Amino acid sequence: MVQDRIEREVVVAAAPERVWEIITQAEHVGKWFGDSAEIDLRPGGTIVLRFENYGTHYATIERIDEPRYFSYRWKPGVTDEKPSNADSTLVEFTLTPQEGQTRLRVVETGFSGLSLSESKRAEQFESNTKGWGIQLRDLQEYVEGLAA
Amino acid sequence: MNTRKGDVDEVLVALADPTRRRLLDALSARPQTTATALAEKLPVTRQAIVKHLAVLEQAGLVEARKQGREVQFSVRPERLESTARWMHGVAAAWDERLDAIKRLAENQ
Repeated sequence: MVQDRIEREVVVAAAPERVWEIITQAEHVGKWFGDSAEIDLRPGGTIVLRFENYGTHYATIERIDEPRYFSYRWKPGVTDEKPSNADSTLVEFTLTPQEGQTRLRVVETGFSGLSLSESKRAEQFESNTKGWGIQLRDLQEYVEGLAA
Repeated sequence: MNTRKGDVDEVLVALADPTRRRLLDALSARPQTTATALAEKLPVTRQAIVKHLAVLEQAGLVEARKQGREVQFSVRPERLESTARWMHGVAAAWDERLDAIKRLAENQ
């Protein structure tokens, strides 16, 4: 059965404070999400994610509890539009310390509340998803280059 | 098969309601069931069931077939599968992002 919720988790060999920087600071977010980012880090603040080939995503920050919890609302796959409370999904990051490492969990909920009836948006979403894949491969090479 | 976003949207809205999910479960267990028969099984009026079935049919999750004087409903699994694939794509995008976060955090 399809669920209205996506839950994903990763264990990072770094302290929560370090992971917190990666998910909340624009210079880092611009590397794993989009081509560049701007973040007004406060509840109600806006996150701007620019994708060179697809346009700009906007997200609105909900709650900040450094370095344990961070959440925002956005419309996945929809560019150039600021999310409203009803017409968006909620993305929640939870950071849990675990034997010197960090368990990072992301939960995205509220897909059934989205008004995404235009097929154009579907195409945009699909191209965004592909775009992320390509970008992350670039990123991997960049990071590996740094580590070498 | 290509999934239009509208399809996904309709399917998710249709599935958001617990009564409709129970109807789908009941129809999966017993295909070609009438609204009257469903009303006997579930604690919901026949009128409400007819409304819910209309939403499910609109979303492409069930199909109605006229059999003599009555209408029989069955589950159409294709749409459910394509929606599951779409959600899988959203989840896969998060896997890639978490992987990138991990790499960035660990390579300082």
